[in-house]
Amino acid sequence: MFGKLTINAIPFNEPIIMLTGLVVAIMGLVIVGAVFYFKKWKWLWNEWITSVDHKKIGIMYIIVAIIMLFRGLADAILMRSHLALSAGSPHGYLPPHHYDQIFTAHGVIMIFFMAMPFMFGLLNLIVPLQIGARDVAFPFLNSLSFWLFVVGAVLVMLSMFVGEFAATGWLAYPPLSELAFSPGVGVDYYIWSLQISGLGTLLSGINFFVTIMKMRCPGMNLMKMPIFVWTALCSMILVIIAFPVLTVSLGMLALDRYLGMHFFTSDFGGNFMMYINLIWTWGHPEVYILVLPGFGIFSEIVATFSHKRLFGYTAMVWATFVITILSFIVWLHHFFTMGAGANVNGFFGIATMIIAVPTGVKIFNWLFTMYRGKIIFSVPMLWLLGFLVAFTFGGMTGVLMSVPAADFQLHNSLFLIAHFHNTIIGGVVFAYLAGFTYWFPKAFGFKLDEKLGKMSFWCWTIGFYLAFIPVYILGFMGMTRRLNHYDIASGWQPYLIVASIGTLIISLGVGFLVVQIIVSIMKRNQYRDKTGDPWNGRTLEWSIPSPPPFYNFAIIPKVTSRDAFWKTKQDMVNNNMQEKPHYEDIHMPKNTGVGFMIAAFSLVFCFSLVWHIIWLAIVGFVGMIACVIFRSFDNEIDYYVKADEVEKLEIEILNRNR
Amino acid sequence: MHTETLSHDMENFQHEDSGSKIIFGFWIYIMSDCVLFASIFATYAVLHNNTFGGPPAKELFSMPYVLTETFILLTSSFTYGLAMLAMHKMNKKQVISWLFITFLLGASFLVMELKEFSQLINEGNAWDRSGFLSAFFTLVGTHGLHVASGLLWMTILILQVIFRGVNPTTIVKLTCLSLFWHFLDIVWIFVFTIVYLMGAI
Repeated sequence: MFGKLTINAIPFNEPIIMLTGLVVAIMGLVIVGAVFYFKKWKWLWNEWITSVDHKKIGIMYIIVAIIMLFRGLADAILMRSHLALSAGSPHGYLPPHHYDQIFTAHGVIMIFFMAMPFMFGLLNLIVPLQIGARDVAFPFLNSLSFWLFVVGAVLVMLSMFVGEFAATGWLAYPPLSELAFSPGVGVDYYIWSLQISGLGTLLSGINFFVTIMKMRCPGMNLMKMPIFVWTALCSMILVIIAFPVLTVSLGMLALDRYLGMHFFTSDFGGNFMMYINLIWTWGHPEVYILVLPGFGIFSEIVATFSHKRLFGYTAMVWATFVITILSFIVWLHHFFTMGAGANVNGFFGIATMIIAVPTGVKIFNWLFTMYRGKIIFSVPMLWLLGFLVAFTFGGMTGVLMSVPAADFQLHNSLFLIAHFHNTIIGGVVFAYLAGFTYWFPKAFGFKLDEKLGKMSFWCWTIGFYLAFIPVYILGFMGMTRRLNHYDIASGWQPYLIVASIGTLIISLGVGFLVVQIIVSIMKRNQYRDKTGDPWNGRTLEWSIPSPPPFYNFAIIPKVTSRDAFWKTKQDMVNNNMQEKPHYEDIHMPKNTGVGFMIAAFSLVFCFSLVWHIIWLAIVGFVGMIACVIFRSFDNEIDYYVKADEVEKLEIEILNRNR
Repeated sequence: MHTETLSHDMENFQHEDSGSKIIFGFWIYIMSDCVLFASIFATYAVLHNNTFGGPPAKELFSMPYVLTETFILLTSSFTYGLAMLAMHKMNKKQVISWLFITFLLGASFLVMELKEFSQLINEGNAWDRSGFLSAFFTLVGTHGLHVASGLLWMTILILQVIFRGVNPTTIVKLTCLSLFWHFLDIVWIFVFTIVYLMGAI
């Protein structure tokens, strides 16, 4: 009846997990209770869950990303403190099987359920505003993507309390992840959570690609787009090409585990290096999917806070494009040790080194934008400076490892761990936090507290170096990744203790971030921005009120140059003309709960597949299909906001901000 | 002159119907599906000799049978094209009949494929026999799964055309399914060449 699911699936004998479960359960109950108490269910359903508004979906993405950041951070603290304590005979405090699940979950969560949603959150919030559009191309699909992603996150969280998570490392290499060596449900949770959120990502990729290609306001040709939109476009191209490969590789792993196929088994003619090639064909573009929008964010920030137009716009666009293409021909540098031969390794090594060239172009463009600018050292600008140093450093260690001969020494050592944390924290996380601070006033109408933001920045930066410089050194000392315990004579312990302290300082940075958000909400009247343009911005998102009305632009803007809003402001100073605006009817999509329903059924489907509950899986699958068919027959999907109503709303906003 | 271009752009922008966006988006989806098939083809290419003592491709397939399958699917693509012509003439009855014929052809293709599968399994050559057979069943099966979902979609579209007629909404949907159907045809040509023809050599 319930497949493999029994009451024993709940790990009662693991005090750490049960305690965490208790805390999560209490927090959940408090939130649900609060919604009941304040009678907010209807509001939650109508305004958020069924919403197809890209701004609200963006905010929801970022909220989930920050929640998952906590989970990933907790995993990091557990690992670091465990390693600091596990020299010699006590072997730390985490049992090996639990420890293995933690390092797997940390990687999976930070990439798929923290960084990806944070990126899609920022894209959702800003891309339509920067191109002067009223929504994305397919608003319903956008809502569906978000809820599919949430299902993935829910599955990962659920795996902690019901059953187990994969204990295989974040990419679940076979043959370890095959049924013979991982008979539990951990890998199945891994497969289905990534498949379902990956589907959401692919749909989002198509959605934003079409949005950017088809919905730019009149006059905005490709070379007049803000750089953030360019990087989003290239990132979405990568999503569209790379994510099907992830689907295939995980699908084949699932077929191996569920139907006894032999793609990646070590006998019956399987070939597990095939999996490793396939997964990195997705995996390497994935890091550029994350970091390209980060580059875009910094390009916007550096121009705004230096009060200059971006240096080398065209070079920036081409550098982005070159990185997009090169990212597909470097995957093999993740496993030079496969033994593909000197020529193959040489090709991939050189291709990898070449990526440093367009990236270097970008670094110099940002530096030259600052040169002779009137720089304001606000929080986003600090993140940029922190990023420039950290990312250059991380990039150079990457070039070091791209030399195959050196890589044979460094492969799977902690040097690699330090390198990719260096680029992902220094590049991706810094960029997203900068973007978060920069665009927060646009989404909510008030700025974040500067002082707390600066404290958060310094904790992140100092903590980061303290946490990862020792890890580089440990790599040179020969410590490999994913170790559970080690000999005291190795001399690693002091470095691991320093790294733990670094992790705690980073946690303090996250703490300041949360305090910053809470304090800013409390002092929102003091930090209120009534102009809609708190930073003296250059691009179209600053030309409308904050938070923007649901239709974004009452009148679709016309663009004649880059930095369109800056140009408008200049023109206004010059001739100071004010025409009476002429409003027209606005075509808007209706809210719908179908996306949420499809995702709910997909949760049932995936959960029952994990536990081999066949009948329930069929129910989930049929439910999903039925919802899609229902949607296909639904004709009432849009409506018009009448011109006089738009006028009324616009006057209301004007009066509110007076 | 500059303002003139702008106002012209503006007009286009206002009149930009959602249909062209959907068809463009669907094209992009098909491109991503193409990558999906490419990955499976690559896996098949790597694993096609890994028979682990089991039968190789040469001993498994009956060429006349597969050729019949192929022609049935190609014909279904042709009849779908006729349905599209009828759609452009706004001839509801013809659209429905051509779609129905396409459906029958697609369904017979699928039945033939399933029969081939069941025969292989009965002979003890199921997907768990070897890496090669895993790749074979997955590649051909993924295509079959696409055809099956295409058939489900076609059923729904036939119903929508019956009840709602040929209107801008159904035209966009029919166009998307048309892209999908022809795409599956092209993929099948690759399956036929790489799996069956090259396997027979």
